[in-house]
Amino acid sequence: MTAFDEERLARLIRALPPAPEAWVRAAQELPLAKAGLDEIVARAEADAHFRARLLADLESALEAEGYERDPAVIEALKVRLKSK
Amino acid sequence: MAQTLSDSELVARCRSGDQQAWAELVDRFSRYVYAISVQAFRLSDADAEDVFQEVFARAYEHLDGLRDDAAVRPWLAQLTRRLCIDRLRATSRERPTTDEDLELAGSEETLTMLEDALTVHEALAATPEHCREILDRFFARDESYRTIGEALDLPAGTIASRISRCLGRLREFLEGRTQPDPPSSSR
Repeated sequence: MTAFDEERLARLIRALPPAPEAWVRAAQELPLAKAGLDEIVARAEADAHFRARLLADLESALEAEGYERDPAVIEALKVRLKSK
Repeated sequence: MAQTLSDSELVARCRSGDQQAWAELVDRFSRYVYAISVQAFRLSDADAEDVFQEVFARAYEHLDGLRDDAAVRPWLAQLTRRLCIDRLRATSRERPTTDEDLELAGSEETLTMLEDALTVHEALAATPEHCREILDRFFARDESYRTIGEALDLPAGTIASRISRCLGRLREFLEGRTQPDPPSSSR
């Protein structure tokens, strides 16, 4: 970035509005959710039927088992299950 | 929004399991990740939310694999771009999209502009709190003079001049003419 004029600075500040608060909070809470994630992953490793259900329809399988449908947890779980 | 830790210090703390540091990392890069998906790739809100969560989930999961802690910013940008393209490809299978549309998505020009925008926001975080707050509220949050005046207890007539002074201060800081205030512990 080389030249600065105030009009350009204003445009660049405007270019980064805040992300929706709920999205940010969910991502920030990932470490807290990790304990729950570890439990689900460990169960999936030990129980082939549970793992198959998770892979077939993650959200429904979690809901059926009484886990909270937290978007950040679901995305983290997708990453973990894919890497196993 | 004040930044007290460098990117590499922040990553090191995250890696050691510091939850506050992780929250800070998400806060520091959330606007950038969000802007790449909605401005450069024009994803819908639903797709942008999925990409946003997946970027941070992958980042959290693979932070140990980051070779250079100071490179967390380009790493997150690259991860976001890759996930946006995956999302567009998946959408194009459901609702055919022309090759031209996919080529236009994520234009280099917009991505470069967003990098510059993040640099400016980082500089903004080093300006005095009253400047940081008023510039962010007016430009990034698109708040009216009235809303800002009520929130900051300022007469509406002084807001324009304060914005102008603060933009000047930010410009001076970016041009290296003044030093930032000492780091504060508040955001």
